[in-house]
Amino acid sequence: MNSVIEILPELNQAFFETLLMVGISLLVALLLGLPLGILLYVTDRGLFLENKWIKRVVGIVINLIRSVPFIILLVFLLPFTQLLLNTTIGPLAASVSLSVAAIPFYARIVESAAREIDKGVIEAAVAVGASPWMIIKSIILPEAKPGLITGLTITAISLIGYSAMAGTIGGGGIGDLAIRYGYYRYDNTVMFTTVILLIVLVQFVQYLGDFIAKTTNKR
Amino acid sequence: MIKLENITKEFQTKSETILGVDNVSLTVEKGEIFGIVGYSGAGKSTLLRCINLLERPTSGSVKVDGMDLLKLSSKDLRKARQSIGMIFQGFHLVASKTVFENVAFALKAAGVEKTVITKRVEELLELVGLKDRINQYPAQLSGGQKQRVSIARALANNPKVLLCDEATSALDPNTTKSILSLLKRINKELGLTIVIITHEMEVVKEICHRCAVMQDGRVVEEGTTYTIFSNPREPLTRTFIQTVLNFDLPPKLLASVQGKLLKLQFRGDTATEAVVSDMLQSVTVSGNILHGKVEYIQDIPLGIFIMELKGENQEIAKAIDYLRERVSKVEVIEHE
Repeated sequence: MNSVIEILPELNQAFFETLLMVGISLLVALLLGLPLGILLYVTDRGLFLENKWIKRVVGIVINLIRSVPFIILLVFLLPFTQLLLNTTIGPLAASVSLSVAAIPFYARIVESAAREIDKGVIEAAVAVGASPWMIIKSIILPEAKPGLITGLTITAISLIGYSAMAGTIGGGGIGDLAIRYGYYRYDNTVMFTTVILLIVLVQFVQYLGDFIAKTTNKR
Repeated sequence: MIKLENITKEFQTKSETILGVDNVSLTVEKGEIFGIVGYSGAGKSTLLRCINLLERPTSGSVKVDGMDLLKLSSKDLRKARQSIGMIFQGFHLVASKTVFENVAFALKAAGVEKTVITKRVEELLELVGLKDRINQYPAQLSGGQKQRVSIARALANNPKVLLCDEATSALDPNTTKSILSLLKRINKELGLTIVIITHEMEVVKEICHRCAVMQDGRVVEEGTTYTIFSNPREPLTRTFIQTVLNFDLPPKLLASVQGKLLKLQFRGDTATEAVVSDMLQSVTVSGNILHGKVEYIQDIPLGIFIMELKGENQEIAKAIDYLRERVSKVEVIEHE
Protein backbone atom coordinates (compact mmCIF):
# COMPACT_ATOMS: atom_id res chain seq x y z
CA MET A 1 0.00 0.00 0.00
CA ASN A 2 2.87 2.24 0.84
CA SER A 3 4.24 2.05 -2.65
CA VAL A 4 0.96 3.35 -4.05
CA ILE A 5 0.95 6.38 -1.78
CA GLU A 6 4.54 6.91 -2.70
CA ILE A 7 3.84 7.06 -6.40
CA LEU A 8 0.61 9.03 -6.04
CA PRO A 9 2.04 12.24 -7.52
CA GLU A 10 3.47 10.23 -10.41
CA LEU A 11 0.20 8.42 -10.88
CA ASN A 12 -1.58 11.72 -11.06
CA GLN A 13 0.83 13.02 -13.67
CA ALA A 14 0.62 9.77 -15.64
CA PHE A 15 -3.16 9.98 -15.69
CA PHE A 16 -3.10 13.44 -17.22
CA GLU A 17 -0.42 12.39 -19.69
CA THR A 18 -2.69 9.59 -20.87
CA LEU A 19 -5.60 11.99 -21.15
CA LEU A 20 -3.40 14.38 -23.14
CA MET A 21 -2.18 11.70 -25.56
CA VAL A 22 -5.63 10.24 -26.10
CA GLY A 23 -7.21 13.69 -26.33
CA ILE A 24 -4.80 15.01 -28.96
CA SER A 25 -4.92 11.91 -31.12
CA LEU A 26 -8.71 11.71 -30.81
CA LEU A 27 -8.97 15.32 -31.96
CA VAL A 28 -6.68 14.65 -34.93
CA ALA A 29 -8.71 11.52 -35.77
CA LEU A 30 -11.85 13.62 -35.76
CA LEU A 31 -10.34 16.42 -37.86
CA LEU A 32 -8.69 14.18 -40.47
CA GLY A 33 -10.29 10.76 -40.10
CA LEU A 34 -13.83 12.07 -40.40
CA PRO A 35 -13.31 13.82 -43.78
CA LEU A 36 -11.34 10.82 -45.06
CA GLY A 37 -14.09 8.43 -44.03
CA ILE A 38 -16.72 10.61 -45.70
CA LEU A 39 -14.54 10.80 -48.81
CA LEU A 40 -14.33 6.99 -48.86
CA TYR A 41 -18.09 6.81 -48.63
CA VAL A 42 -19.17 9.40 -51.19
CA THR A 43 -16.71 8.17 -53.83
CA ASP A 44 -18.18 4.69 -53.54
CA ARG A 45 -20.02 3.08 -56.44
CA GLY A 46 -23.48 4.49 -57.07
CA LEU A 47 -22.98 7.55 -54.87
CA PHE A 48 -23.01 11.14 -55.96
CA LEU A 49 -19.22 11.61 -56.10
CA GLU A 50 -18.44 8.16 -57.43
CA ASN A 51 -14.74 7.99 -58.25
CA LYS A 52 -13.01 4.66 -58.56
CA TRP A 53 -9.48 6.06 -58.39
CA ILE A 54 -9.81 8.28 -55.33
CA LYS A 55 -11.64 5.49 -53.53
CA ARG A 56 -8.92 2.99 -54.41
CA VAL A 57 -5.92 5.17 -53.56
CA VAL A 58 -7.32 6.39 -50.23
CA GLY A 59 -8.42 2.86 -49.40
CA ILE A 60 -4.95 1.43 -50.06
CA VAL A 61 -3.17 4.08 -47.98
CA ILE A 62 -5.55 3.46 -45.08
CA ASN A 63 -5.08 -0.29 -45.26
CA LEU A 64 -1.31 0.15 -45.41
CA ILE A 65 -1.22 2.10 -42.15
CA ARG A 66 -3.74 -0.19 -40.50
CA SER A 67 -1.84 -3.34 -41.34
CA VAL A 68 1.31 -2.20 -39.52
CA PRO A 69 1.21 -3.38 -35.88
CA PHE A 70 1.11 -0.32 -33.64
CA ILE A 71 4.33 -1.14 -31.80
CA ILE A 72 6.15 -1.25 -35.17
CA LEU A 73 4.44 1.94 -36.31
CA LEU A 74 5.73 3.63 -33.16
CA VAL A 75 9.32 2.81 -33.99
CA PHE A 76 8.88 3.44 -37.68
CA LEU A 77 7.53 6.94 -37.03
CA LEU A 78 10.31 8.00 -34.65
CA PRO A 79 12.27 9.92 -37.35
CA PHE A 80 9.08 11.66 -38.42
CA THR A 81 8.28 12.62 -34.81
CA GLN A 82 11.84 13.87 -34.34
CA LEU A 83 11.47 16.01 -37.45
CA LEU A 84 8.11 17.35 -36.37
CA LEU A 85 8.70 18.03 -32.65
CA ASN A 86 12.47 17.82 -32.32
CA THR A 87 12.05 15.10 -29.69
CA THR A 88 10.76 11.54 -29.46
CA ILE A 89 10.16 11.53 -25.71
CA GLY A 90 7.06 12.53 -23.79
CA PRO A 91 3.30 12.40 -24.29
CA LEU A 92 3.32 14.99 -27.06
CA ALA A 93 5.74 12.91 -29.12
CA ALA A 94 3.67 9.81 -28.48
CA SER A 95 0.61 11.66 -29.76
CA VAL A 96 2.14 11.77 -33.24
CA SER A 97 2.16 8.04 -33.79
CA LEU A 98 -1.11 7.63 -31.91
CA SER A 99 -2.70 10.14 -34.28
CA VAL A 100 -1.31 8.41 -37.35
CA ALA A 101 -2.85 5.16 -36.13
CA ALA A 102 -6.13 6.79 -35.11
CA ILE A 103 -6.83 8.57 -38.42
CA PRO A 104 -7.32 5.46 -40.61
CA PHE A 105 -8.98 3.61 -37.73
CA TYR A 106 -11.64 6.27 -37.35
CA ALA A 107 -11.92 6.82 -41.11
CA ARG A 108 -13.03 3.20 -41.59
CA ILE A 109 -15.53 3.52 -38.75
CA VAL A 110 -16.92 6.72 -40.30
CA GLU A 111 -17.23 4.98 -43.66
CA SER A 112 -19.18 2.07 -42.22
CA ALA A 113 -21.38 4.40 -40.13
CA ALA A 114 -22.23 6.34 -43.31
CA ARG A 115 -23.03 3.11 -45.13
CA GLU A 116 -25.78 2.50 -42.60
CA ILE A 117 -27.70 5.48 -43.94
CA ASP A 118 -30.63 4.58 -46.16
CA LYS A 119 -29.34 5.19 -49.69
CA GLY A 120 -32.79 6.36 -50.68
CA VAL A 121 -32.53 9.35 -48.35
CA ILE A 122 -29.36 10.45 -50.13
CA GLU A 123 -31.00 9.80 -53.47
CA ALA A 124 -33.94 11.99 -52.49
CA ALA A 125 -31.47 14.76 -51.68
CA VAL A 126 -29.80 14.33 -55.07
CA ALA A 127 -33.23 14.45 -56.68
CA VAL A 128 -34.06 17.85 -55.15
CA GLY A 129 -30.85 19.18 -56.69
CA ALA A 130 -28.75 19.56 -53.53
CA SER A 131 -25.01 20.10 -53.94
CA PRO A 132 -22.57 17.43 -52.70
CA TRP A 133 -21.48 19.67 -49.84
CA MET A 134 -25.09 20.23 -48.77
CA ILE A 135 -25.78 16.51 -48.84
CA ILE A 136 -22.72 15.78 -46.70
CA LYS A 137 -23.43 18.59 -44.24
CA SER A 138 -27.20 18.31 -43.92
CA ILE A 139 -27.92 14.66 -44.63
CA ILE A 140 -24.94 12.35 -44.17
CA LEU A 141 -23.43 13.90 -41.02
CA PRO A 142 -26.68 14.29 -39.05
CA GLU A 143 -27.97 10.88 -40.15
CA ALA A 144 -24.71 9.13 -39.26
CA LYS A 145 -24.22 11.08 -36.02
CA PRO A 146 -25.05 8.28 -33.53
CA GLY A 147 -22.69 5.96 -35.42
CA LEU A 148 -20.00 8.63 -35.59
CA ILE A 149 -20.15 9.18 -31.84
CA THR A 150 -20.13 5.46 -31.08
CA GLY A 151 -17.14 5.19 -33.41
CA LEU A 152 -15.36 7.96 -31.57
CA THR A 153 -15.90 6.06 -28.32
CA ILE A 154 -14.41 2.92 -29.84
CA THR A 155 -11.46 4.91 -31.15
CA ALA A 156 -10.90 6.56 -27.75
CA ILE A 157 -10.86 3.22 -25.96
CA SER A 158 -8.48 1.71 -28.50
CA LEU A 159 -6.25 4.75 -28.08
CA ILE A 160 -6.15 4.25 -24.32
CA GLY A 161 -4.83 0.76 -25.02
CA TYR A 162 -2.36 2.01 -27.63
CA SER A 163 -1.17 4.76 -25.32
CA ALA A 164 0.15 2.12 -22.94
CA MET A 165 2.30 0.79 -25.76
CA ALA A 166 3.44 4.30 -26.57
CA GLY A 167 4.46 4.53 -22.92
CA THR A 168 7.02 1.77 -23.34
CA ILE A 169 9.13 3.85 -25.69
CA GLY A 170 9.06 6.89 -23.46
CA GLY A 171 5.65 8.34 -24.06
CA GLY A 172 4.66 8.51 -20.43
CA GLY A 173 1.14 7.91 -19.19
CA ILE A 174 -0.50 5.21 -17.10
CA GLY A 175 0.78 2.37 -19.24
CA ASP A 176 4.32 3.56 -18.85
CA LEU A 177 3.86 3.67 -15.08
CA ALA A 178 2.45 0.16 -14.99
CA ILE A 179 5.40 -1.19 -16.93
CA ARG A 180 8.06 0.66 -14.97
CA TYR A 181 6.78 -0.03 -11.47
CA GLY A 182 4.57 -3.02 -11.94
CA TYR A 183 6.52 -5.06 -14.46
CA TYR A 184 10.16 -4.12 -14.06
CA ARG A 185 10.01 -3.83 -10.25
CA TYR A 186 7.51 -6.65 -9.67
CA ASP A 187 5.26 -4.29 -7.68
CA ASN A 188 1.84 -5.88 -8.00
CA THR A 189 0.04 -3.21 -5.99
CA VAL A 190 1.03 -0.52 -8.46
CA MET A 191 0.17 -2.85 -11.31
CA PHE A 192 -3.35 -3.43 -9.96
CA THR A 193 -3.87 0.24 -9.17
CA THR A 194 -3.03 1.27 -12.71
CA VAL A 195 -5.19 -1.48 -14.17
CA ILE A 196 -8.12 -0.39 -12.03
CA LEU A 197 -7.53 3.20 -13.08
CA LEU A 198 -7.58 2.13 -16.74
CA ILE A 199 -10.78 0.13 -16.23
CA VAL A 200 -12.47 3.12 -14.63
CA LEU A 201 -11.30 5.38 -17.44
CA VAL A 202 -12.53 3.01 -20.16
CA GLN A 203 -15.87 2.53 -18.43
CA PHE A 204 -16.31 6.25 -18.11
CA VAL A 205 -15.49 6.89 -21.78
CA GLN A 206 -17.87 4.13 -22.85
CA TYR A 207 -20.65 5.47 -20.65
CA LEU A 208 -20.15 9.03 -21.87
CA GLY A 209 -20.09 7.92 -25.52
CA ASP A 210 -23.25 5.83 -25.17
CA PHE A 211 -25.02 8.66 -23.42
CA ILE A 212 -24.21 11.23 -26.12
CA ALA A 213 -25.05 8.79 -28.92
CA LYS A 214 -28.39 8.07 -27.29
CA THR A 215 -29.40 11.69 -26.84
CA THR A 216 -28.57 12.54 -30.47
CA ASN A 217 -30.54 9.63 -31.90
CA LYS A 218 -33.89 10.86 -33.24
CA ARG A 219 -35.04 7.66 -34.91
CA MET B 1 -43.10 18.46 -71.32
CA ILE B 2 -41.11 15.22 -71.10
CA LYS B 3 -39.64 13.70 -74.20
CA LEU B 4 -37.74 10.44 -73.97
CA GLU B 5 -36.14 9.25 -77.17
CA ASN B 6 -34.66 5.79 -77.72
CA ILE B 7 -33.73 5.35 -74.07
CA THR B 8 -31.61 2.30 -73.43
CA LYS B 9 -30.12 1.47 -70.06
CA GLU B 10 -27.71 -1.38 -69.55
CA PHE B 11 -26.46 -2.64 -66.22
CA GLN B 12 -23.03 -4.16 -66.09
CA THR B 13 -22.50 -7.04 -63.72
CA LYS B 14 -19.31 -9.07 -63.45
CA SER B 15 -20.44 -11.76 -65.82
CA GLU B 16 -23.05 -10.16 -68.08
CA THR B 17 -24.81 -7.07 -69.31
CA ILE B 18 -28.44 -6.72 -68.25
CA LEU B 19 -30.78 -4.65 -70.35
CA GLY B 20 -32.92 -2.62 -67.95
CA VAL B 21 -34.64 -0.41 -70.48
CA ASP B 22 -34.69 -1.34 -74.15
CA ASN B 23 -35.05 1.48 -76.66
CA VAL B 24 -38.04 3.28 -75.18
CA SER B 25 -39.48 6.50 -76.57
CA LEU B 26 -42.24 8.29 -74.69
CA THR B 27 -43.77 11.74 -74.70
CA VAL B 28 -45.65 13.16 -71.75
CA GLU B 29 -47.68 16.28 -72.40
CA LYS B 30 -47.84 19.31 -70.14
CA GLY B 31 -50.43 19.01 -67.37
CA GLU B 32 -50.92 15.32 -67.96
CA ILE B 33 -50.92 12.48 -65.44
CA PHE B 34 -49.10 9.65 -67.14
CA GLY B 35 -48.93 6.13 -65.73
CA ILE B 36 -46.34 3.46 -66.40
CA VAL B 37 -47.43 -0.03 -65.34
CA GLY B 38 -45.60 -3.31 -65.30
CA TYR B 39 -44.50 -6.10 -63.01
CA SER B 40 -41.39 -5.61 -60.92
CA GLY B 41 -38.33 -6.00 -63.06
CA ALA B 42 -40.06 -4.64 -66.15
CA GLY B 43 -37.78 -1.61 -66.12
CA LYS B 44 -40.38 1.00 -65.24
CA SER B 45 -38.51 2.29 -62.21
CA THR B 46 -35.27 2.55 -64.18
CA LEU B 47 -37.10 4.41 -66.94
CA LEU B 48 -38.59 6.86 -64.42
CA ARG B 49 -35.19 7.46 -62.85
CA CYS B 50 -33.82 8.27 -66.28
CA ILE B 51 -36.13 11.29 -66.41
CA ASN B 52 -34.19 13.13 -63.69
CA LEU B 53 -30.96 11.28 -64.46
CA LEU B 54 -30.78 9.50 -61.12
CA GLU B 55 -29.97 6.80 -63.61
CA ARG B 56 -27.98 7.90 -66.65
CA PRO B 57 -29.24 6.12 -69.77
CA THR B 58 -26.63 4.24 -71.78
CA SER B 59 -28.00 5.87 -74.91
CA GLY B 60 -30.90 8.06 -75.98
CA SER B 61 -32.00 11.57 -75.12
CA VAL B 62 -33.97 13.02 -72.21
CA LYS B 63 -35.70 16.34 -72.67
CA VAL B 64 -37.68 17.96 -69.87
CA ASP B 65 -39.33 21.29 -70.53
CA GLY B 66 -37.24 21.71 -73.66
CA MET B 67 -33.94 21.12 -71.86
CA ASP B 68 -31.66 18.34 -73.00
CA LEU B 69 -30.67 17.02 -69.56
CA LEU B 70 -27.84 14.82 -70.77
CA LYS B 71 -26.03 17.84 -72.13
CA LEU B 72 -26.12 19.87 -68.90
CA SER B 73 -23.14 20.44 -66.61
CA SER B 74 -23.50 19.01 -63.11
CA LYS B 75 -24.33 22.45 -61.75
CA ASP B 76 -27.03 23.07 -64.35
CA LEU B 77 -28.36 19.58 -63.83
CA ARG B 78 -28.80 20.32 -60.13
CA LYS B 79 -30.73 23.42 -61.09
CA ALA B 80 -32.88 21.46 -63.53
CA ARG B 81 -33.59 18.81 -60.89
CA GLN B 82 -35.08 21.51 -58.67
CA SER B 83 -37.91 21.77 -61.17
CA ILE B 84 -38.43 17.99 -61.26
CA GLY B 85 -39.90 16.79 -57.97
CA MET B 86 -39.77 13.13 -57.02
CA ILE B 87 -41.48 10.96 -54.43
CA PHE B 88 -40.65 7.38 -53.54
CA GLN B 89 -42.25 4.20 -52.27
CA GLY B 90 -40.12 4.34 -49.12
CA PHE B 91 -40.69 8.10 -48.60
CA HIS B 92 -36.94 8.64 -47.99
CA LEU B 93 -37.32 11.31 -45.33
CA VAL B 94 -34.35 12.29 -43.18
CA ALA B 95 -35.03 10.61 -39.84
CA SER B 96 -32.92 13.06 -37.85
CA LYS B 97 -34.82 16.09 -39.18
CA THR B 98 -38.26 17.37 -38.28
CA VAL B 99 -41.04 17.70 -40.83
CA PHE B 100 -40.17 21.38 -41.16
CA GLU B 101 -36.45 20.69 -41.68
CA ASN B 102 -37.15 17.95 -44.21
CA VAL B 103 -39.17 20.29 -46.41
CA ALA B 104 -36.85 23.22 -45.76
CA PHE B 105 -33.90 21.16 -47.00
CA ALA B 106 -35.20 21.22 -50.56
CA LEU B 107 -35.51 25.01 -50.39
CA LYS B 108 -32.06 25.40 -48.85
CA ALA B 109 -30.67 23.24 -51.63
CA ALA B 110 -32.11 25.73 -54.11
CA GLY B 111 -30.56 28.64 -52.25
CA VAL B 112 -33.82 30.17 -51.05
CA GLU B 113 -33.49 32.85 -48.36
CA LYS B 114 -34.12 31.87 -44.76
CA THR B 115 -37.03 34.24 -44.16
CA VAL B 116 -38.78 33.00 -47.28
CA ILE B 117 -38.20 29.36 -46.33
CA THR B 118 -40.30 29.50 -43.13
CA LYS B 119 -43.26 30.96 -44.96
CA ARG B 120 -43.00 28.62 -47.91
CA VAL B 121 -42.71 25.48 -45.72
CA GLU B 122 -45.86 26.48 -43.85
CA GLU B 123 -47.64 27.05 -47.14
CA LEU B 124 -46.59 23.62 -48.44
CA LEU B 125 -47.59 21.81 -45.26
CA GLU B 126 -50.94 23.57 -45.43
CA LEU B 127 -51.35 22.27 -48.98
CA VAL B 128 -50.69 18.66 -47.97
CA GLY B 129 -52.71 19.01 -44.75
CA LEU B 130 -49.93 18.51 -42.22
CA LYS B 131 -49.47 21.93 -40.70
CA ASP B 132 -50.03 20.65 -37.17
CA ARG B 133 -47.15 18.16 -37.51
CA ILE B 134 -44.52 20.71 -38.42
CA ASN B 135 -42.20 20.00 -35.48
CA GLN B 136 -42.53 16.23 -35.36
CA TYR B 137 -40.00 13.68 -36.53
CA PRO B 138 -40.76 11.20 -39.34
CA ALA B 139 -40.78 8.31 -36.86
CA GLN B 140 -43.86 9.89 -35.23
CA LEU B 141 -45.85 9.92 -38.49
CA SER B 142 -47.96 7.30 -40.26
CA GLY B 143 -47.09 6.10 -43.76
CA GLY B 144 -49.61 8.38 -45.42
CA GLN B 145 -48.38 11.37 -43.46
CA LYS B 146 -44.78 10.59 -44.38
CA GLN B 147 -45.75 10.49 -48.05
CA ARG B 148 -47.47 13.86 -47.63
CA VAL B 149 -44.27 15.32 -46.21
CA SER B 150 -42.30 13.94 -49.12
CA ILE B 151 -44.85 15.44 -51.52
CA ALA B 152 -44.40 18.81 -49.79
CA ARG B 153 -40.64 18.42 -50.15
CA ALA B 154 -40.97 17.50 -53.82
CA LEU B 155 -43.19 20.52 -54.49
CA ALA B 156 -41.02 22.97 -52.54
CA ASN B 157 -39.30 24.60 -55.50
CA ASN B 158 -42.42 24.86 -57.69
CA PRO B 159 -41.46 22.03 -60.02
CA LYS B 160 -43.06 21.55 -63.40
CA VAL B 161 -42.89 17.78 -63.21
CA LEU B 162 -43.53 15.33 -60.38
CA LEU B 163 -42.15 11.80 -60.65
CA CYS B 164 -43.80 9.17 -58.46
CA ASP B 165 -41.87 5.95 -57.93
CA GLU B 166 -44.44 3.44 -56.62
CA ALA B 167 -45.59 6.22 -54.32
CA THR B 168 -48.63 4.39 -52.98
CA SER B 169 -47.40 0.80 -53.00
CA ALA B 170 -46.48 0.85 -49.32
CA LEU B 171 -49.80 2.33 -48.23
CA ASP B 172 -53.14 0.78 -47.32
CA PRO B 173 -56.07 1.23 -49.74
CA ASN B 174 -57.66 4.14 -47.87
CA THR B 175 -54.40 6.05 -47.55
CA THR B 176 -53.66 5.29 -51.20
CA LYS B 177 -56.96 6.91 -52.14
CA SER B 178 -56.26 10.04 -50.14
CA ILE B 179 -52.73 10.38 -51.57
CA LEU B 180 -54.10 9.88 -55.09
CA SER B 181 -56.73 12.56 -54.61
CA LEU B 182 -54.02 14.89 -53.31
CA LEU B 183 -51.96 14.21 -56.44
CA LYS B 184 -55.04 14.78 -58.58
CA ARG B 185 -55.69 18.07 -56.83
CA ILE B 186 -52.16 19.40 -57.27
CA ASN B 187 -52.28 18.32 -60.90
CA LYS B 188 -55.36 20.46 -61.39
CA GLU B 189 -54.49 23.39 -59.14
CA LEU B 190 -50.83 23.75 -60.04
CA GLY B 191 -51.00 22.40 -63.58
CA LEU B 192 -48.28 19.96 -62.63
CA THR B 193 -47.24 17.21 -65.05
CA ILE B 194 -47.14 13.91 -63.14
CA VAL B 195 -45.54 10.62 -64.09
CA ILE B 196 -46.53 7.66 -61.95
CA ILE B 197 -45.12 4.19 -62.03
CA THR B 198 -47.08 1.47 -60.35
CA HIS B 199 -48.09 -2.16 -60.52
CA GLU B 200 -51.58 -1.35 -59.29
CA MET B 201 -54.09 -0.85 -62.06
CA GLU B 202 -56.40 0.81 -59.50
CA VAL B 203 -53.98 3.73 -59.37
CA VAL B 204 -54.01 4.11 -63.13
CA LYS B 205 -57.79 3.87 -63.25
CA GLU B 206 -58.11 6.46 -60.53
CA ILE B 207 -55.91 9.26 -61.82
CA CYS B 208 -53.97 8.62 -65.03
CA HIS B 209 -55.02 10.31 -68.25
CA ARG B 210 -52.76 8.12 -70.32
CA CYS B 211 -50.61 5.16 -69.57
CA ALA B 212 -48.01 2.80 -70.93
CA VAL B 213 -47.52 -0.88 -70.16
CA MET B 214 -43.97 -2.15 -69.82
CA GLN B 215 -42.53 -5.63 -70.12
CA ASP B 216 -38.90 -6.72 -70.31
CA GLY B 217 -37.67 -3.16 -70.63
CA ARG B 218 -39.97 -2.26 -73.50
CA VAL B 219 -43.23 -0.37 -73.77
CA VAL B 220 -45.67 -2.93 -75.18
CA GLU B 221 -48.79 -0.81 -75.20
CA GLU B 222 -49.61 2.85 -74.77
CA GLY B 223 -52.81 4.86 -74.94
CA THR B 224 -55.44 6.78 -73.03
CA THR B 225 -56.45 5.02 -69.87
CA TYR B 226 -59.98 4.51 -71.19
CA THR B 227 -58.81 2.78 -74.36
CA ILE B 228 -56.37 0.65 -72.42
CA PHE B 229 -59.22 -0.49 -70.18
CA SER B 230 -61.91 -0.86 -72.81
CA ASN B 231 -59.78 -2.21 -75.61
CA PRO B 232 -56.56 -3.82 -74.44
CA ARG B 233 -54.50 -5.38 -77.21
CA GLU B 234 -51.65 -7.13 -75.44
CA PRO B 235 -52.16 -10.21 -73.25
CA LEU B 236 -50.14 -8.55 -70.48
CA THR B 237 -52.40 -5.50 -70.55
CA ARG B 238 -55.39 -7.80 -70.27
CA THR B 239 -54.01 -9.51 -67.20
CA PHE B 240 -53.40 -6.12 -65.68
CA ILE B 241 -56.87 -4.77 -66.26
CA GLN B 242 -58.36 -8.00 -64.99
CA THR B 243 -57.13 -7.00 -61.55
CA VAL B 244 -59.68 -4.19 -61.72
CA LEU B 245 -62.34 -5.60 -64.04
CA ASN B 246 -62.57 -9.10 -62.71
CA PHE B 247 -65.44 -11.09 -64.23
CA ASP B 248 -64.74 -14.63 -63.24
CA LEU B 249 -68.01 -16.40 -62.59
CA PRO B 250 -68.20 -18.82 -59.68
CA PRO B 251 -67.75 -22.41 -60.98
CA LYS B 252 -71.07 -23.49 -59.50
CA LEU B 253 -72.92 -20.85 -61.48
CA LEU B 254 -70.94 -21.63 -64.62
CA ALA B 255 -71.91 -25.30 -64.37
CA SER B 256 -75.59 -24.44 -64.27
CA VAL B 257 -75.43 -22.36 -67.48
CA GLN B 258 -77.28 -24.06 -70.35
CA GLY B 259 -77.39 -21.40 -73.05
CA LYS B 260 -74.74 -19.23 -74.58
CA LEU B 261 -72.67 -16.93 -72.42
CA LEU B 262 -72.01 -13.42 -73.70
CA LYS B 263 -69.79 -10.70 -72.36
CA LEU B 264 -71.06 -7.27 -73.33
CA GLN B 265 -69.04 -4.14 -73.00
CA PHE B 266 -70.72 -0.75 -73.15
CA ARG B 267 -69.11 2.57 -73.84
CA GLY B 268 -69.90 5.24 -71.38
CA ASP B 269 -72.91 6.85 -73.01
CA THR B 270 -74.92 3.84 -74.18
CA ALA B 271 -78.08 3.10 -72.23
CA THR B 272 -77.44 -0.49 -71.31
CA GLU B 273 -80.85 -1.63 -70.17
CA ALA B 274 -82.59 -0.21 -73.23
CA VAL B 275 -80.34 -2.09 -75.66
CA VAL B 276 -80.79 -5.37 -73.83
CA SER B 277 -84.56 -5.10 -73.48
CA ASP B 278 -84.96 -4.04 -77.13
CA MET B 279 -82.93 -7.06 -78.19
CA LEU B 280 -85.05 -9.39 -76.10
CA GLN B 281 -88.17 -8.03 -77.74
CA SER B 282 -86.94 -8.30 -81.32
CA VAL B 283 -85.72 -11.89 -81.18
CA THR B 284 -87.19 -14.91 -79.51
CA VAL B 285 -84.58 -15.72 -76.92
CA SER B 286 -84.65 -15.44 -73.20
CA GLY B 287 -81.83 -13.59 -71.49
CA ASN B 288 -80.52 -13.61 -68.01
CA ILE B 289 -77.89 -11.22 -66.67
CA LEU B 290 -75.44 -13.12 -64.44
CA HIS B 291 -72.94 -10.46 -63.64
CA GLY B 292 -72.57 -6.76 -64.24
CA LYS B 293 -70.39 -3.88 -63.25
CA VAL B 294 -69.92 -0.27 -64.21
CA GLU B 295 -66.44 1.09 -63.60
CA TYR B 296 -65.69 4.78 -63.85
CA ILE B 297 -62.42 5.31 -65.63
CA GLN B 298 -61.38 8.93 -65.63
CA ASP B 299 -65.04 9.69 -64.84
CA ILE B 300 -66.25 7.94 -68.00
CA PRO B 301 -68.36 4.89 -67.22
CA LEU B 302 -67.33 1.54 -68.68
CA GLY B 303 -70.04 -1.08 -68.29
CA ILE B 304 -69.44 -4.80 -68.54
CA PHE B 305 -72.22 -7.39 -68.31
CA ILE B 306 -72.25 -11.13 -68.59
CA MET B 307 -75.52 -12.64 -69.77
CA GLU B 308 -76.85 -16.03 -70.66
CA LEU B 309 -78.99 -16.40 -73.80
CA LYS B 310 -81.31 -19.34 -74.24
CA GLY B 311 -83.22 -20.27 -77.37
CA GLU B 312 -82.80 -21.58 -80.93
CA ASN B 313 -79.25 -21.33 -82.27
CA GLN B 314 -80.49 -19.25 -85.20
CA GLU B 315 -82.22 -16.78 -82.90
CA ILE B 316 -79.17 -16.52 -80.66
CA ALA B 317 -77.02 -15.70 -83.69
CA LYS B 318 -79.52 -12.98 -84.60
CA ALA B 319 -79.40 -11.65 -81.06
CA ILE B 320 -75.61 -11.48 -81.15
CA ASP B 321 -75.71 -9.62 -84.46
CA TYR B 322 -78.24 -7.21 -83.01
CA LEU B 323 -76.01 -6.55 -80.03
CA ARG B 324 -72.83 -6.24 -82.12
CA GLU B 325 -74.38 -3.29 -83.92
CA ARG B 326 -75.21 -1.42 -80.75
CA VAL B 327 -72.70 -2.47 -78.15
CA SER B 328 -69.00 -1.64 -78.35
CA LYS B 329 -67.83 -5.17 -77.74
CA VAL B 330 -69.54 -8.56 -77.64
CA GLU B 331 -67.61 -11.64 -76.71
CA VAL B 332 -68.92 -15.19 -76.62
CA ILE B 333 -67.49 -16.95 -73.59
CA GLU B 334 -66.73 -20.61 -74.12
CA HIS B 335 -67.70 -22.88 -71.27
CA GLU B 336 -68.24 -26.54 -70.56
